Amino acid sequence: MSQSYGMTVAAPHTTTSNNPGRIMTLVMLALAPATFYGFWLYGWPAFFLWAITVASAMLGEAFCLRWQNRSAAPVLQDGSAILTGWLLAVSLPPWAPWWIGVFGGLFATMLGKQAFGGLGQNLFNPAMVARVALLISFPVQMTAWVAPLPMFSAGAPGMLDGLLIVLKGMPQSLDAVTSATTLGFGKTELSRGIDLLESLPHAPALSFIGNRPGSLGETAAWLILAGGVATMFLRIITWHIPLAMLAGIAIPAAILHAVDPARYLDMGAHLLSGGAMLGAFFIATDYVTSPNSPRGQLIFGFGCGALTYVIRTWAGYPEGVAFAVLLMNSLTPIIDTYFKPRIYGRDRKGKPLQTAN
Amino acid sequence: MLMSVGSLAAMGLALGSVLGVASRYLAVEENPIEAELQAMLPGSQCGQCGYVGCAQAAAALAKGEAPVTLCPPGGKATAEALAAKLGVKVDLSKVADTGPQIAEVTEEICIGCCRCMKVCPTDAIIGAAKQIHNVIREACTGCSSCVDVCPTEALGMMPIPVTLQHWTWPKPASAHA
Amino acid sequence: MGFLDRFLNKPSWGVHPDDHKRPGADVPLRVLPTPERVYMPLSQHVGGAARPIVLVGQKVLKGQLIAEAQGNISAPIHASVSGTVTAIGDVTAPHPSGLPFKAITIDSDGLDRWVANPLADPFSVAPEEVARRAALGGVVGLGGATFPSAVKFALGKRLKVSTLIVNGGECEPYLSSDDRIMRDFADQVVDGARLVMYAIGASEALVGIEDNKPEAIAAMRKAAEPYPEVKIRPVPARYPMGSDKQLIQTLTGKEVPSDARAAEVGVLVHNVSTCAAVHKAVRLGQPLVERIVTINGGAIANPGNVFVPLGTMIGEVLAFVGLKEAPSRLILGGPMMGTPLLHDRIPIVKGASGILAFNAAEAMVPEAGPCIRCGSCTKACPMGLLPLEMAARIKVGDLEGAEAYALQDCISCGCCAYVCPSHIPLVQYFSHAKGELTAAERTKLRTEATKRLAEAKAARIERENREKAEAAARRKAERDAAKAATAAPPVTTEKQGVSA
Repeated sequence: MSQSYGMTVAAPHTTTSNNPGRIMTLVMLALAPATFYGFWLYGWPAFFLWAITVASAMLGEAFCLRWQNRSAAPVLQDGSAILTGWLLAVSLPPWAPWWIGVFGGLFATMLGKQAFGGLGQNLFNPAMVARVALLISFPVQMTAWVAPLPMFSAGAPGMLDGLLIVLKGMPQSLDAVTSATTLGFGKTELSRGIDLLESLPHAPALSFIGNRPGSLGETAAWLILAGGVATMFLRIITWHIPLAMLAGIAIPAAILHAVDPARYLDMGAHLLSGGAMLGAFFIATDYVTSPNSPRGQLIFGFGCGALTYVIRTWAGYPEGVAFAVLLMNSLTPIIDTYFKPRIYGRDRKGKPLQTAN
Repeated sequence: MLMSVGSLAAMGLALGSVLGVASRYLAVEENPIEAELQAMLPGSQCGQCGYVGCAQAAAALAKGEAPVTLCPPGGKATAEALAAKLGVKVDLSKVADTGPQIAEVTEEICIGCCRCMKVCPTDAIIGAAKQIHNVIREACTGCSSCVDVCPTEALGMMPIPVTLQHWTWPKPASAHA
Repeated sequence: MGFLDRFLNKPSWGVHPDDHKRPGADVPLRVLPTPERVYMPLSQHVGGAARPIVLVGQKVLKGQLIAEAQGNISAPIHASVSGTVTAIGDVTAPHPSGLPFKAITIDSDGLDRWVANPLADPFSVAPEEVARRAALGGVVGLGGATFPSAVKFALGKRLKVSTLIVNGGECEPYLSSDDRIMRDFADQVVDGARLVMYAIGASEALVGIEDNKPEAIAAMRKAAEPYPEVKIRPVPARYPMGSDKQLIQTLTGKEVPSDARAAEVGVLVHNVSTCAAVHKAVRLGQPLVERIVTINGGAIANPGNVFVPLGTMIGEVLAFVGLKEAPSRLILGGPMMGTPLLHDRIPIVKGASGILAFNAAEAMVPEAGPCIRCGSCTKACPMGLLPLEMAARIKVGDLEGAEAYALQDCISCGCCAYVCPSHIPLVQYFSHAKGELTAAERTKLRTEATKRLAEAKAARIERENREKAEAAARRKAERDAAKAATAAPPVTTEKQGVSA
């Protein structure tokens, strides 16, 4: 009867069974169908590039942790390094050389995340930071797109050949595979003075299924959409950022295409091409770098979408998701400061409500 | 070439003198730091720091003549606050942090000489000649001037007891800073 | 998702932890046999501790006044057993610190003789008299807040409150004492509610009961049938629906401003058990000396509700209900906001709605990880705060920054810490910060008082010196005058020695 019950523990004395590892695992499961489709569509090189990128991301994190004399295994188990590497991998050109994956993976976790203080402390999305660093440093390799060459079809490289392609670069025999994406093709032709109505029929066809040149995991729009909606039903993300971002791309596209179809791509093309779907559901929704309140998330998402459209249409790069996301990430603290949820008993400005007497 | 060198040099000189003039005529007034420092000190004018009163100690601190560890009743907390305000680094390991303390009279030994009452800066000791003295807890600041003058060592410093109303939750220990 | 919740008629705030109420809630009420000894704490309510008016060795009857209320916000204490007062001393308080507080020990004579002062028709006396009898009966808020009820009645009457909200929410998991009192004593609850309405001058009573208590809703509907002004309103089961701000919003749609009390929006909230206690105190003249306590948790052999005299040691109640194993943690209250107890030699107090004895699995505290800024906490917070921002600031010592995020509006419900995937002890951060800010405020007041005292002493010394100097000058002037007077007749040339 005179037993002591241990040290004082604060309430609450019960907690959820959710944990970061579970959240990351569910997101990876939602990404898996689109990624496996990418492996099948682009062949073995794509698979090896993905593996190398994910491994490099994990290696970078482990290195930083050991450098701080902390044990790496518990932190790696929360799955965030794997997810960062995965998201970076699916935004790379599928046949990029191995060192692109290594550099990107290490950059993402070491400089994009651990340098800020680890999980929860980074200001910018690590995968997008790495992608932008790669794009600016190695523009040729990062814009070397290939036409789809499904895994077991004629002419597709086998497993060993795929590994060699990743390690040594594309052999001469497969040179005909290189291709441009729709966005890139359209932009190049416009800069040559040929308007879209003439050039688009010659461009690689856009495909909802995904059978088109593009990044490793971004082409199968319907699989990404399904995965994104799954994460919404699993209550990992809410609808605010994805819907706002897609609206931010679609609305300007629709308006401008109606005004001048010769110069501006239509809404469907914009939504299906590039990283729009992936960005909306998996990249802009990153917890750490997006605002916390619903209104802030809507503004953030719409900003990402609008900036993507602006960069795609008028800036020097054909694809703008990565830059747009990074720019909006830098605005997240300001959005968080000015768009807080309304507190019970106070008005929107934070003053106590007035009683009606 | 001479033109470019000459024009840049002239611009540099001109802009430099503009900055110099501005630093003199548009200088920002320093905040009166003395008043803020004095507010941080206990205010009992006990004199343990060696200065006559807390105002003089604050003046010395502002001039940089006194160390931030000068106030024994303030303990570690005051030293830290002063260091933060003045922007100095201080080694607090030597500061004896006994925590907040108040004086207590051991009634069996008190002879009622009234010497302690005269030195108490806040009149926290009640009593009269040949009557046993006692310390009013709420008024005692822990300056310990009374302990020094008591001829029978009836006065001692005790830590302020933690009561149910004053207990607070400690900050959760972080797994990794 | 936010919009799905609206279709399912559930509030978007709060959490829905596992209930754990049944089978304990369905077990019939057990009555604890009169204990041999009870320890009646003097402070079982918000406000000043009561002052003992009995002496050691005095014989008392059950229900006899043993400690008087002190001050405007206080409540009296009555003996919960008949017997002899054997001590007035320290007993461990039901507080996480384990510090002691004062209690009156009464050894029971086993006879349980009551002293009671019934009032046949309370509705015939003035409302103030009803409130006075509730005050004399030591009735305080039995939902856990223990605010003296009579003080609340006076407030309600002064502000002309029109709606009484009777809180039958009991949103905390494991607890079912309110459920039990509604099922078994619905008449007492309804009568008490009507008495409170009369005391404060309200025209209607809304009884909010969570919809996970269908039996209680049915019993209360039956008891309230003859009284159309008492309306039974089931509410969605979601923690913390029993919090008064949330219940007021759900039942009336009104929002209490952050710097106002509920009475200022025309409502007053009282727990169902409090209403039953008002009925007993006013109509039956029985002061508050016993209550229903839920005993639940993984370490309890037969969980359920027990009718317990106040002041009974918790260990005795646990032994009566039966333990399966040695508990890994004892909690007073529910798991979301309950107080951890250091041992079981602590008396049952008025606010003890439940005692939980957790087994090792339930008591397991997962290790806290870094904040991933997922925002689950802010979605769950019923007050609309940003726990992640407040905790980040408190962690680095920026307490003023946390206050700027409305830290003082936090009701410490625990929803944020419950949903955090990284299991960060958010409520502990906020409790720590609130405590530190209060302590800093106290220190500031103490420093100001010190300065005033020091100045007062300096002024006193100066005044004394001045008076001494004036007195000396006066004496000198008198001596000079006397000298001049005696020196006037030229004959006498006595030299007078003047002492300096």
